[in-house]
Amino acid sequence: MADAKAMDGRSMIRRRAGLRLWLSAGWLSILCLAALFAPWVAPHDPLAQDLFLGRMPPFWMAGAEPGYWLGTDSLGRDVLSRLIHGARVALAVALIAGTITCLVGATLGLLAGFLRGWVDIVISRLIDIWMAFPPVLFSILLIAVLGPGLVSIIIAIVVIDWTRFARVVRAEAMAQGAMDYVASAQVAGRGRIGIMLREILPNLLPTMGVLLTLEMGIAVIVEAILSFVNLSISTDDPTWGSMIAEGRTAIHQAWWVLVFPLIALFLTVLSFSQLGEGLKDRFDPVLR
Amino acid sequence: MSYLSIRNLSVRLKGGPPLLRRVSLDVGPGEVRGLVGESGAGKSMIGKAVLGILPPSVEVTGGEILLDGADLLGLPPKDRRRRIGATCALIPQDPLTALNPSHRIEPQITDRLVNILGWTRAAARARARDLLEEVHLPDPERVLRAYPHELSGGMRQRILIASAFAAEPKLIVADEPTTALDVTVQKQILKLIREMQARHGTALVFVTHDLGVVSKVCQHLSVLYAGMVVEDARVADFFAAPRHAYSAALLAATPKYTDPDAGLNPVPDAVIDAVRAEVAAFDAAWARRGAA
Repeated sequence: MADAKAMDGRSMIRRRAGLRLWLSAGWLSILCLAALFAPWVAPHDPLAQDLFLGRMPPFWMAGAEPGYWLGTDSLGRDVLSRLIHGARVALAVALIAGTITCLVGATLGLLAGFLRGWVDIVISRLIDIWMAFPPVLFSILLIAVLGPGLVSIIIAIVVIDWTRFARVVRAEAMAQGAMDYVASAQVAGRGRIGIMLREILPNLLPTMGVLLTLEMGIAVIVEAILSFVNLSISTDDPTWGSMIAEGRTAIHQAWWVLVFPLIALFLTVLSFSQLGEGLKDRFDPVLR
Repeated sequence: MSYLSIRNLSVRLKGGPPLLRRVSLDVGPGEVRGLVGESGAGKSMIGKAVLGILPPSVEVTGGEILLDGADLLGLPPKDRRRRIGATCALIPQDPLTALNPSHRIEPQITDRLVNILGWTRAAARARARDLLEEVHLPDPERVLRAYPHELSGGMRQRILIASAFAAEPKLIVADEPTTALDVTVQKQILKLIREMQARHGTALVFVTHDLGVVSKVCQHLSVLYAGMVVEDARVADFFAAPRHAYSAALLAATPKYTDPDAGLNPVPDAVIDAVRAEVAAFDAAWARRGAA
Protein backbone atom coordinates (compact mmCIF):
# COMPACT_ATOMS: atom_id res chain seq x y z
CA MET A 1 0.00 0.00 0.00
CA ALA A 2 2.63 2.47 1.08
CA ASP A 3 4.73 1.22 -1.78
CA ALA A 4 2.03 1.83 -4.34
CA LYS A 5 1.57 5.31 -2.96
CA ALA A 6 5.27 6.04 -3.21
CA MET A 7 5.28 4.80 -6.79
CA ASP A 8 2.33 7.03 -7.56
CA GLY A 9 4.11 10.07 -6.17
CA ARG A 10 7.16 9.25 -8.23
CA SER A 11 5.32 8.77 -11.47
CA MET A 12 3.40 11.98 -10.84
CA ILE A 13 6.64 13.91 -10.44
CA ARG A 14 7.89 12.28 -13.62
CA ARG A 15 4.76 13.13 -15.51
CA ARG A 16 4.92 16.74 -14.37
CA ALA A 17 8.60 16.88 -15.29
CA GLY A 18 7.66 15.34 -18.62
CA LEU A 19 4.96 17.91 -19.23
CA ARG A 20 7.23 20.84 -18.59
CA LEU A 21 9.90 19.26 -20.73
CA TRP A 22 7.49 18.82 -23.61
CA LEU A 23 5.93 22.28 -23.32
CA SER A 24 9.26 24.07 -23.21
CA ALA A 25 10.81 21.91 -25.92
CA GLY A 26 7.67 22.45 -27.98
CA TRP A 27 7.80 26.24 -27.80
CA LEU A 28 11.54 26.30 -28.50
CA SER A 29 11.25 24.01 -31.51
CA ILE A 30 8.43 26.12 -32.95
CA LEU A 31 10.63 29.14 -32.44
CA CYS A 32 13.65 27.45 -34.00
CA LEU A 33 11.69 26.37 -37.06
CA ALA A 34 10.17 29.84 -37.44
CA ALA A 35 13.60 31.41 -37.14
CA LEU A 36 15.23 29.00 -39.59
CA PHE A 37 12.56 29.45 -42.23
CA ALA A 38 11.71 33.05 -41.39
CA PRO A 39 11.66 34.36 -44.99
CA TRP A 40 9.13 31.66 -45.95
CA VAL A 41 7.13 31.59 -42.75
CA ALA A 42 6.71 35.31 -42.18
CA PRO A 43 3.56 36.56 -43.95
CA HIS A 44 5.10 39.92 -44.81
CA ASP A 45 8.43 41.63 -45.31
CA PRO A 46 9.37 42.63 -41.75
CA LEU A 47 10.82 45.92 -43.02
CA ALA A 48 8.03 46.90 -45.46
CA GLN A 49 6.33 50.06 -44.27
CA ASP A 50 2.83 51.13 -45.17
CA LEU A 51 1.70 54.29 -43.47
CA PHE A 52 -1.91 53.64 -44.43
CA LEU A 53 -1.80 50.46 -42.39
CA GLY A 54 -0.22 51.99 -39.28
CA ARG A 55 -1.21 50.69 -35.82
CA MET A 56 -3.67 48.07 -37.01
CA PRO A 57 -4.86 45.95 -34.03
CA PRO A 58 -4.48 42.14 -33.83
CA PHE A 59 -7.00 39.89 -35.56
CA TRP A 60 -9.59 39.49 -32.83
CA MET A 61 -10.16 43.22 -32.34
CA ALA A 62 -12.45 45.49 -34.27
CA GLY A 63 -10.73 47.21 -37.18
CA ALA A 64 -8.14 44.49 -37.73
CA GLU A 65 -6.66 44.21 -41.18
CA PRO A 66 -6.89 40.67 -42.64
CA GLY A 67 -3.49 39.05 -43.05
CA TYR A 68 -1.89 41.07 -40.27
CA TRP A 69 -2.54 38.58 -37.46
CA LEU A 70 -0.83 40.40 -34.64
CA GLY A 71 -1.41 43.88 -35.96
CA THR A 72 1.05 46.47 -37.23
CA ASP A 73 3.30 49.06 -35.64
CA SER A 74 3.33 52.85 -36.11
CA LEU A 75 5.04 52.52 -39.50
CA GLY A 76 2.63 49.84 -40.71
CA ARG A 77 5.11 46.97 -40.39
CA ASP A 78 3.66 43.53 -39.62
CA VAL A 79 4.27 42.64 -35.93
CA LEU A 80 4.15 38.86 -36.51
CA SER A 81 6.73 39.01 -39.30
CA ARG A 82 9.00 41.18 -37.21
CA LEU A 83 8.58 38.81 -34.29
CA ILE A 84 9.59 35.85 -36.43
CA HIS A 85 12.62 37.63 -37.85
CA GLY A 86 13.52 38.87 -34.37
CA ALA A 87 13.57 35.24 -33.20
CA ARG A 88 16.55 34.64 -35.50
CA VAL A 89 18.69 37.12 -33.62
CA ALA A 90 17.41 35.99 -30.23
CA LEU A 91 18.07 32.30 -30.89
CA ALA A 92 21.42 32.84 -32.60
CA VAL A 93 22.59 34.83 -29.59
CA ALA A 94 21.13 32.28 -27.15
CA LEU A 95 22.72 29.24 -28.76
CA ILE A 96 26.10 30.67 -29.72
CA ALA A 97 26.70 32.93 -26.74
CA GLY A 98 25.28 30.36 -24.29
CA THR A 99 27.47 27.57 -25.60
CA ILE A 100 30.69 29.59 -25.72
CA THR A 101 30.03 31.00 -22.25
CA CYS A 102 29.49 27.50 -20.95
CA LEU A 103 32.68 26.17 -22.51
CA VAL A 104 34.84 29.04 -21.27
CA GLY A 105 33.34 29.23 -17.78
CA ALA A 106 33.14 25.49 -17.16
CA THR A 107 36.71 24.91 -18.35
CA LEU A 108 38.07 27.57 -16.01
CA GLY A 109 35.86 26.38 -13.16
CA LEU A 110 36.89 22.76 -13.64
CA LEU A 111 40.58 23.65 -13.70
CA ALA A 112 40.25 25.81 -10.58
CA GLY A 113 38.14 23.31 -8.66
CA PHE A 114 40.12 20.22 -9.50
CA LEU A 115 43.72 21.39 -9.78
CA ARG A 116 43.41 23.81 -6.83
CA GLY A 117 46.65 25.52 -5.81
CA TRP A 118 47.77 28.60 -7.70
CA VAL A 119 45.45 27.85 -10.66
CA ASP A 120 42.51 28.13 -8.28
CA ILE A 121 43.86 31.26 -6.65
CA VAL A 122 44.29 33.04 -9.99
CA ILE A 123 40.91 32.00 -11.39
CA SER A 124 39.02 32.66 -8.16
CA ARG A 125 40.45 36.16 -7.78
CA LEU A 126 39.59 36.81 -11.42
CA ILE A 127 35.99 35.74 -10.72
CA ASP A 128 35.82 38.01 -7.65
CA ILE A 129 37.09 41.00 -9.60
CA TRP A 130 34.80 40.25 -12.51
CA MET A 131 31.72 40.02 -10.35
CA ALA A 132 32.39 43.45 -8.89
CA PHE A 133 31.52 45.06 -12.25
CA PRO A 134 27.84 45.94 -12.75
CA PRO A 135 26.96 43.62 -15.66
CA VAL A 136 24.64 45.87 -17.65
CA LEU A 137 27.00 48.83 -17.59
CA PHE A 138 29.88 46.51 -18.36
CA SER A 139 28.10 45.13 -21.42
CA ILE A 140 27.15 48.58 -22.66
CA LEU A 141 30.75 49.67 -22.22
CA LEU A 142 31.98 46.61 -24.09
CA ILE A 143 29.61 47.17 -27.00
CA ALA A 144 30.62 50.82 -27.11
CA VAL A 145 34.23 49.72 -27.48
CA LEU A 146 33.62 46.78 -29.84
CA GLY A 147 30.94 48.53 -31.89
CA PRO A 148 27.42 47.17 -32.35
CA GLY A 149 26.76 43.89 -34.11
CA LEU A 150 25.93 40.25 -33.46
CA VAL A 151 29.54 39.24 -32.79
CA SER A 152 29.99 42.06 -30.28
CA ILE A 153 26.87 40.99 -28.39
CA ILE A 154 28.10 37.42 -28.21
CA ILE A 155 31.53 38.52 -27.04
CA ALA A 156 29.95 40.79 -24.43
CA ILE A 157 27.78 37.97 -23.05
CA VAL A 158 30.69 35.54 -22.89
CA VAL A 159 32.97 38.07 -21.24
CA ILE A 160 30.37 38.99 -18.64
CA ASP A 161 28.73 35.69 -17.85
CA TRP A 162 31.54 33.12 -17.82
CA THR A 163 31.81 33.63 -14.05
CA ARG A 164 28.32 32.19 -13.62
CA PHE A 165 29.58 28.82 -14.89
CA ALA A 166 33.04 29.08 -13.41
CA ARG A 167 31.78 29.59 -9.85
CA VAL A 168 29.30 26.75 -9.83
CA VAL A 169 31.46 24.29 -11.73
CA ARG A 170 34.44 25.07 -9.47
CA ALA A 171 32.45 24.34 -6.32
CA GLU A 172 31.01 21.17 -7.80
CA ALA A 173 34.39 19.98 -9.07
CA MET A 174 35.83 20.50 -5.59
CA ALA A 175 33.04 18.46 -4.03
CA GLN A 176 33.50 15.66 -6.57
CA GLY A 177 37.28 15.78 -6.16
CA ALA A 178 36.89 14.86 -2.48
CA MET A 179 34.94 11.70 -3.29
CA ASP A 180 36.51 8.31 -2.71
CA TYR A 181 36.16 7.30 -6.34
CA VAL A 182 38.73 9.93 -7.24
CA ALA A 183 41.14 8.42 -4.70
CA SER A 184 40.54 4.98 -6.20
CA ALA A 185 41.26 6.24 -9.71
CA GLN A 186 44.43 7.89 -8.43
CA VAL A 187 45.60 4.66 -6.83
CA ALA A 188 44.84 2.82 -10.07
CA GLY A 189 47.39 5.06 -11.78
CA ARG A 190 45.21 7.55 -13.63
CA GLY A 191 46.80 10.94 -14.20
CA ARG A 192 45.22 14.19 -13.09
CA ILE A 193 43.95 15.13 -16.54
CA GLY A 194 42.48 11.65 -17.00
CA ILE A 195 40.68 11.85 -13.66
CA MET A 196 39.42 15.33 -14.42
CA LEU A 197 37.95 14.37 -17.77
CA ARG A 198 36.85 10.81 -17.11
CA GLU A 199 35.79 10.84 -13.46
CA ILE A 200 34.86 14.42 -12.58
CA LEU A 201 33.52 15.92 -15.80
CA PRO A 202 30.66 13.42 -16.37
CA ASN A 203 29.33 14.23 -12.92
CA LEU A 204 29.27 17.93 -13.73
CA LEU A 205 27.33 17.58 -16.98
CA PRO A 206 23.82 17.65 -15.44
CA THR A 207 24.64 20.86 -13.57
CA MET A 208 26.27 22.33 -16.64
CA GLY A 209 23.22 21.47 -18.73
CA VAL A 210 20.90 23.32 -16.39
CA LEU A 211 23.24 26.30 -16.26
CA LEU A 212 23.60 26.27 -20.04
CA THR A 213 19.88 26.50 -20.67
CA LEU A 214 19.55 29.19 -18.00
CA GLU A 215 22.37 31.06 -19.68
CA MET A 216 20.61 30.81 -23.04
CA GLY A 217 17.60 32.47 -21.45
CA ILE A 218 19.80 35.14 -19.95
CA ALA A 219 21.50 35.71 -23.31
CA VAL A 220 18.08 36.33 -24.88
CA ILE A 221 17.36 38.93 -22.21
CA VAL A 222 20.75 40.60 -22.54
CA GLU A 223 20.32 40.83 -26.29
CA ALA A 224 16.86 42.34 -25.76
CA ILE A 225 18.23 44.86 -23.28
CA LEU A 226 20.99 45.87 -25.64
CA SER A 227 18.62 46.27 -28.58
CA PHE A 228 16.26 48.17 -26.29
CA VAL A 229 18.98 50.74 -25.74
CA ASN A 230 19.85 50.55 -29.43
CA LEU A 231 23.22 48.89 -28.98
CA SER A 232 22.47 45.60 -30.65
CA ILE A 233 22.73 44.85 -34.36
CA SER A 234 21.95 47.44 -37.06
CA THR A 235 18.77 49.32 -36.28
CA ASP A 236 17.04 48.12 -39.45
CA ASP A 237 16.89 44.45 -38.54
CA PRO A 238 13.99 43.62 -36.26
CA THR A 239 14.85 42.37 -32.80
CA TRP A 240 12.53 41.81 -29.85
CA GLY A 241 14.33 44.45 -27.84
CA SER A 242 14.03 47.14 -30.50
CA MET A 243 10.33 46.22 -31.00
CA ILE A 244 9.75 46.69 -27.26
CA ALA A 245 11.56 50.03 -27.40
CA GLU A 246 9.43 51.19 -30.32
CA GLY A 247 6.24 49.83 -28.80
CA ARG A 248 6.91 51.68 -25.59
CA THR A 249 6.51 55.05 -27.33
CA ALA A 250 3.04 54.10 -28.57
CA ILE A 251 1.83 51.98 -25.65
CA HIS A 252 -1.47 53.85 -25.26
CA GLN A 253 -2.38 53.73 -28.93
CA ALA A 254 -1.00 50.31 -29.92
CA TRP A 255 -0.19 48.11 -26.92
CA TRP A 256 0.26 45.04 -29.12
CA VAL A 257 3.53 46.32 -30.54
CA LEU A 258 5.00 46.14 -27.05
CA VAL A 259 3.13 43.16 -25.62
CA PHE A 260 3.76 40.48 -28.26
CA PRO A 261 7.55 40.71 -28.23
CA LEU A 262 7.38 40.77 -24.42
CA ILE A 263 5.34 37.56 -24.40
CA ALA A 264 7.74 35.95 -26.87
CA LEU A 265 10.67 36.98 -24.68
CA PHE A 266 8.98 35.72 -21.54
CA LEU A 267 8.02 32.36 -23.01
CA THR A 268 11.44 31.83 -24.50
CA VAL A 269 13.37 32.59 -21.33
CA LEU A 270 10.97 30.49 -19.27
CA SER A 271 11.20 27.62 -21.74
CA PHE A 272 14.98 27.61 -21.65
CA SER A 273 15.08 27.34 -17.87
CA GLN A 274 12.34 24.70 -17.75
CA LEU A 275 14.04 22.73 -20.52
CA GLY A 276 17.20 22.54 -18.43
CA GLU A 277 15.39 21.38 -15.31
CA GLY A 278 13.28 18.93 -17.29
CA LEU A 279 16.32 17.40 -19.00
CA LYS A 280 18.11 17.09 -15.69
CA ASP A 281 15.17 15.29 -14.08
CA ARG A 282 15.00 12.98 -17.00
CA PHE A 283 18.63 12.13 -17.66
CA ASP A 284 20.57 12.60 -14.44
CA PRO A 285 21.44 8.99 -13.46
CA VAL A 286 21.38 9.85 -9.77
CA LEU A 287 17.87 11.26 -9.89
CA ARG A 288 16.54 8.81 -12.42
CA MET B 1 61.57 -9.87 4.10
CA SER B 2 58.57 -7.61 4.36
CA TYR B 3 56.68 -6.44 1.32
CA LEU B 4 55.83 -3.00 2.68
CA SER B 5 58.27 -1.38 5.03
CA ILE B 6 57.71 2.11 6.37
CA ARG B 7 60.75 3.68 7.99
CA ASN B 8 60.53 6.82 10.17
CA LEU B 9 57.79 8.36 8.07
CA SER B 10 56.99 11.93 9.09
CA VAL B 11 54.13 13.87 7.61
CA ARG B 12 52.83 17.27 8.55
CA LEU B 13 50.26 19.84 7.57
CA LYS B 14 52.06 22.29 5.29
CA GLY B 15 53.46 24.92 7.62
CA GLY B 16 51.59 23.31 10.50
CA PRO B 17 51.78 20.60 13.15
CA PRO B 18 53.07 17.07 12.50
CA LEU B 19 50.46 14.44 11.61
CA LEU B 20 52.77 11.42 11.60
CA ARG B 21 55.81 11.22 13.89
CA ARG B 22 58.57 8.93 12.56
CA VAL B 23 56.21 6.04 11.97
CA SER B 24 57.79 2.67 11.23
CA LEU B 25 56.02 -0.57 10.46
CA ASP B 26 56.36 -3.68 8.32
CA VAL B 27 53.86 -5.79 6.43
CA GLY B 28 55.08 -9.11 5.10
CA PRO B 29 53.66 -10.74 1.94
CA GLY B 30 50.18 -12.05 2.64
CA GLU B 31 50.21 -10.53 6.11
CA VAL B 32 47.46 -8.41 7.65
CA ARG B 33 48.37 -5.43 9.79
CA GLY B 34 45.79 -3.40 11.64
CA LEU B 35 46.27 0.30 12.25
CA VAL B 36 44.23 1.44 15.22
CA GLY B 37 43.83 4.66 17.11
CA GLU B 38 41.27 7.31 17.82
CA SER B 39 40.09 9.84 15.24
CA GLY B 40 42.93 12.04 14.07
CA ALA B 41 45.62 9.61 15.25
CA GLY B 42 46.94 9.43 11.69
CA LYS B 43 45.96 5.87 10.82
CA SER B 44 44.30 6.82 7.52
CA MET B 45 47.19 9.15 6.78
CA ILE B 46 49.60 6.21 6.71
CA GLY B 47 47.45 4.41 4.14
CA LYS B 48 47.19 7.53 2.05
CA ALA B 49 50.94 8.11 2.16
CA VAL B 50 51.59 4.56 0.99
CA LEU B 51 49.14 4.90 -1.90
CA GLY B 52 50.38 8.36 -2.88
CA ILE B 53 47.03 10.04 -2.29
CA LEU B 54 47.92 12.46 0.48
CA PRO B 55 45.83 15.62 0.25
CA PRO B 56 47.68 18.60 -1.25
CA SER B 57 47.61 20.41 2.09
CA VAL B 58 49.91 17.78 3.59
CA GLU B 59 53.61 17.12 3.00
CA VAL B 60 56.04 14.31 3.77
CA THR B 61 58.94 15.69 5.78
CA GLY B 62 61.04 12.58 6.10
CA GLY B 63 61.33 8.83 6.08
CA GLU B 64 61.01 6.05 3.55
CA ILE B 65 58.19 3.92 2.20
CA LEU B 66 59.80 0.78 0.82
CA LEU B 67 57.54 -1.24 -1.44
CA ASP B 68 59.18 -4.52 -2.39
CA GLY B 69 62.51 -2.95 -1.48
CA ALA B 70 62.19 0.26 -3.55
CA ASP B 71 61.63 3.61 -1.84
CA LEU B 72 58.42 5.09 -3.27
CA LEU B 73 59.21 8.57 -2.03
CA GLY B 74 62.48 8.58 -3.97
CA LEU B 75 60.79 7.76 -7.28
CA PRO B 76 59.69 10.44 -9.76
CA PRO B 77 55.89 10.98 -9.45
CA LYS B 78 55.07 9.24 -12.71
CA ASP B 79 57.04 6.08 -11.89
CA ARG B 80 55.65 6.08 -8.39
CA ARG B 81 52.10 6.25 -9.71
CA ARG B 82 52.73 3.43 -12.16
CA ARG B 83 54.31 1.25 -9.50
CA ILE B 84 51.49 1.83 -7.04
CA GLY B 85 48.89 1.30 -9.76
CA ALA B 86 50.40 -2.04 -10.74
CA THR B 87 50.86 -3.45 -7.24
CA CYS B 88 48.50 -1.72 -4.80
CA ALA B 89 44.80 -1.11 -4.38
CA LEU B 90 42.44 0.68 -2.04
CA ILE B 91 39.25 -0.47 -0.38
CA PRO B 92 37.73 2.88 0.56
CA GLN B 93 35.65 3.76 3.56
CA ASP B 94 32.37 4.95 2.14
CA PRO B 95 30.89 2.70 -0.54
CA LEU B 96 28.36 5.39 -1.37
CA THR B 97 30.95 7.82 -2.71
CA ALA B 98 33.57 5.34 -3.83
CA LEU B 99 31.86 4.40 -7.06
CA ASN B 100 31.45 7.04 -9.74
CA PRO B 101 27.70 7.71 -10.10
CA SER B 102 28.10 8.53 -13.80
CA HIS B 103 29.58 5.22 -14.90
CA ARG B 104 28.20 1.72 -14.93
CA ILE B 105 29.86 -0.87 -12.70
CA GLU B 106 31.72 -2.73 -15.45
CA PRO B 107 34.02 0.07 -16.60
CA GLN B 108 34.71 0.97 -12.98
CA ILE B 109 36.13 -2.49 -12.34
CA THR B 110 37.84 -2.90 -15.70
CA ASP B 111 39.24 0.61 -16.18
CA ARG B 112 42.54 -0.18 -14.50
CA LEU B 113 42.87 -3.51 -16.30
CA VAL B 114 42.12 -2.12 -19.75
CA ASN B 115 43.49 1.39 -19.69
CA ILE B 116 46.42 1.09 -17.30
CA LEU B 117 47.50 -2.55 -17.56
CA GLY B 118 46.58 -3.12 -21.21
CA TRP B 119 44.16 -6.05 -20.97
CA THR B 120 41.66 -6.64 -23.77
CA ARG B 121 38.13 -5.53 -23.01
CA ALA B 122 36.77 -9.08 -23.26
CA ALA B 123 39.37 -10.48 -20.87
CA ALA B 124 38.76 -7.66 -18.40
CA ARG B 125 35.03 -8.22 -18.59
CA ALA B 126 35.38 -11.94 -17.94
CA ARG B 127 37.65 -11.16 -15.02
CA ALA B 128 35.14 -8.67 -13.60
CA ARG B 129 32.37 -11.27 -13.83
CA ASP B 130 34.49 -13.89 -12.07
CA LEU B 131 35.34 -11.42 -9.32
CA LEU B 132 31.71 -10.51 -8.73
CA GLU B 133 30.96 -14.19 -8.37
CA GLU B 134 33.87 -14.53 -6.01
CA VAL B 135 32.43 -11.84 -3.72
CA HIS B 136 29.07 -13.67 -3.79
CA LEU B 137 27.07 -11.13 -5.73
CA PRO B 138 24.05 -12.71 -7.38
CA ASP B 139 23.51 -12.12 -11.10
CA PRO B 140 26.89 -10.58 -11.97
CA GLU B 141 25.81 -9.77 -15.52
CA ARG B 142 23.08 -7.48 -14.23
CA VAL B 143 25.38 -5.89 -11.67
CA LEU B 144 27.98 -5.12 -14.34
CA ARG B 145 25.39 -3.19 -16.31
CA ALA B 146 23.95 -1.36 -13.30
CA TYR B 147 24.68 2.17 -12.12
CA PRO B 148 25.91 2.48 -8.52
CA HIS B 149 22.70 4.11 -7.28
CA GLU B 150 20.76 0.99 -8.23
CA LEU B 151 22.70 -1.11 -5.72
CA SER B 152 22.67 -1.26 -1.93
CA GLY B 153 25.57 -0.15 0.27
CA GLY B 154 26.57 -3.72 1.05
CA MET B 155 26.54 -4.66 -2.65
CA ARG B 156 28.64 -1.63 -3.48
CA GLN B 157 31.19 -2.54 -0.83
CA ARG B 158 31.39 -6.04 -2.32
CA ILE B 159 31.98 -4.48 -5.73
CA LEU B 160 34.73 -2.30 -4.29
CA ILE B 161 36.37 -5.35 -2.78
CA ALA B 162 36.14 -7.20 -6.08
CA SER B 163 37.54 -4.15 -7.83
CA ALA B 164 40.46 -3.91 -5.41
CA PHE B 165 41.46 -7.51 -6.14
CA ALA B 166 40.98 -7.15 -9.91
CA ALA B 167 44.62 -6.66 -10.85
CA GLU B 168 45.95 -9.18 -8.29
CA PRO B 169 47.65 -6.51 -6.18
CA LYS B 170 50.39 -7.39 -3.74
CA LEU B 171 49.16 -4.87 -1.19
CA ILE B 172 45.71 -3.56 -0.34
CA VAL B 173 44.95 -0.69 1.99
CA ALA B 174 41.47 -1.03 3.50
CA ASP B 175 40.50 2.32 4.99
CA GLU B 176 37.79 1.61 7.57
CA PRO B 177 35.92 -0.53 5.03
CA THR B 178 33.07 -1.40 7.36
CA THR B 179 32.52 1.87 9.21
CA ALA B 180 29.81 3.13 6.85
CA LEU B 181 27.87 -0.15 6.87
CA ASP B 182 25.33 -1.38 9.36
CA VAL B 183 26.39 -4.00 11.84
CA THR B 184 24.84 -7.06 10.20
CA VAL B 185 26.47 -6.29 6.86
CA GLN B 186 29.77 -5.41 8.57
CA LYS B 187 30.30 -8.95 9.71
CA GLN B 188 29.80 -10.41 6.23
CA ILE B 189 32.06 -7.84 4.64
CA LEU B 190 34.82 -8.52 7.17
CA LYS B 191 34.55 -12.21 6.51
CA LEU B 192 34.69 -11.56 2.79
CA ILE B 193 37.79 -9.37 3.01
CA ARG B 194 39.53 -11.95 5.16
CA GLU B 195 38.55 -14.76 2.78
CA MET B 196 39.66 -12.87 -0.34
CA GLN B 197 42.90 -11.78 1.29
CA ALA B 198 43.75 -15.32 2.32
CA ARG B 199 42.88 -16.81 -1.06
CA HIS B 200 44.86 -14.25 -3.04
CA GLY B 201 47.73 -14.03 -0.55
CA THR B 202 47.59 -10.26 -0.54
CA ALA B 203 49.30 -8.14 2.08
CA LEU B 204 46.67 -6.01 3.78
CA VAL B 205 46.84 -2.81 5.77
CA PHE B 206 43.61 -2.58 7.69
CA VAL B 207 42.75 0.84 9.08
CA THR B 208 40.11 0.78 11.80
CA HIS B 209 39.21 2.16 15.18
CA ASP B 210 37.56 -1.08 16.20
CA LEU B 211 39.82 -3.45 18.14
CA GLY B 212 37.19 -6.15 17.87
CA VAL B 213 37.64 -6.06 14.10
CA VAL B 214 41.42 -6.21 14.47
CA SER B 215 41.18 -9.36 16.57
CA LYS B 216 39.18 -11.08 13.82
CA VAL B 217 41.14 -9.95 10.77
CA CYS B 218 44.73 -9.03 11.61
CA GLN B 219 47.93 -10.81 12.62
CA HIS B 220 49.83 -7.69 13.62
CA LEU B 221 48.76 -4.27 14.75
CA SER B 222 50.12 -0.79 15.30
CA VAL B 223 48.44 1.41 17.89
CA LEU B 224 48.73 5.09 17.06
CA TYR B 225 48.34 8.18 19.16
CA ALA B 226 48.86 11.67 17.72
CA GLY B 227 50.68 10.23 14.72
CA MET B 228 53.09 8.21 16.83
CA VAL B 229 53.22 4.42 17.03
CA VAL B 230 52.81 3.66 20.73
CA GLU B 231 52.68 -0.10 20.33
CA ASP B 232 53.57 -2.53 17.57
CA ALA B 233 52.63 -6.10 18.40
CA ARG B 234 51.36 -9.46 17.24
CA VAL B 235 47.60 -9.49 17.68
CA ALA B 236 47.62 -12.58 19.92
CA ASP B 237 50.22 -11.04 22.22
CA PHE B 238 48.44 -7.71 22.25
CA PHE B 239 45.10 -9.09 23.34
CA ALA B 240 46.80 -11.25 25.96
CA ALA B 241 48.83 -8.40 27.41
CA PRO B 242 49.09 -4.95 25.86
CA ARG B 243 52.44 -3.39 26.72
CA HIS B 244 51.67 0.31 26.53
CA ALA B 245 49.36 1.95 29.07
CA TYR B 246 47.45 3.80 26.34
CA SER B 247 46.77 0.70 24.25
CA ALA B 248 45.75 -1.17 27.38
CA ALA B 249 43.26 1.59 28.15
CA LEU B 250 42.05 1.53 24.55
CA LEU B 251 41.51 -2.20 24.79
CA ALA B 252 39.66 -1.80 28.09
CA ALA B 253 37.47 0.87 26.49
CA THR B 254 36.18 -1.54 23.82
CA PRO B 255 32.60 -2.48 24.72
CA LYS B 256 32.17 -6.20 25.28
CA TYR B 257 29.18 -7.99 23.83
CA THR B 258 29.59 -10.73 26.42
CA ASP B 259 29.02 -8.28 29.25
CA PRO B 260 26.63 -5.57 28.10
CA ASP B 261 25.97 -4.29 31.65
CA ALA B 262 29.62 -3.45 32.26
CA GLY B 263 29.13 0.06 30.91
CA LEU B 264 31.72 2.08 29.03
CA ASN B 265 35.27 2.56 30.24
CA PRO B 266 36.64 5.69 28.59
CA VAL B 267 40.42 6.02 28.42
CA PRO B 268 41.33 7.65 31.78
CA ASP B 269 42.57 11.23 31.74
CA ALA B 270 45.79 10.22 33.47
CA VAL B 271 46.61 7.84 30.61
CA ILE B 272 45.88 10.53 28.02
CA ASP B 273 48.09 13.01 29.90
CA ALA B 274 50.88 10.45 30.07
CA VAL B 275 50.77 9.61 26.37
CA ARG B 276 50.62 13.32 25.50
CA ALA B 277 53.68 13.93 27.63
CA GLU B 278 55.37 11.07 25.82
CA VAL B 279 54.58 12.62 22.44
CA ALA B 280 55.88 16.01 23.62
CA ALA B 281 59.08 14.41 24.92
CA PHE B 282 59.48 12.59 21.61
CA ASP B 283 59.12 15.88 19.68
CA ALA B 284 61.52 17.66 22.02
CA ALA B 285 64.13 14.91 21.68
CA TRP B 286 64.01 15.09 17.90
CA ALA B 287 64.05 18.88 17.92
CA ARG B 288 67.24 18.77 20.06
CA ARG B 289 68.80 16.24 17.73
CA GLY B 290 67.85 18.39 14.73
CA ALA B 291 69.39 21.45 16.34
CA ALA B 292 72.62 19.68 17.30
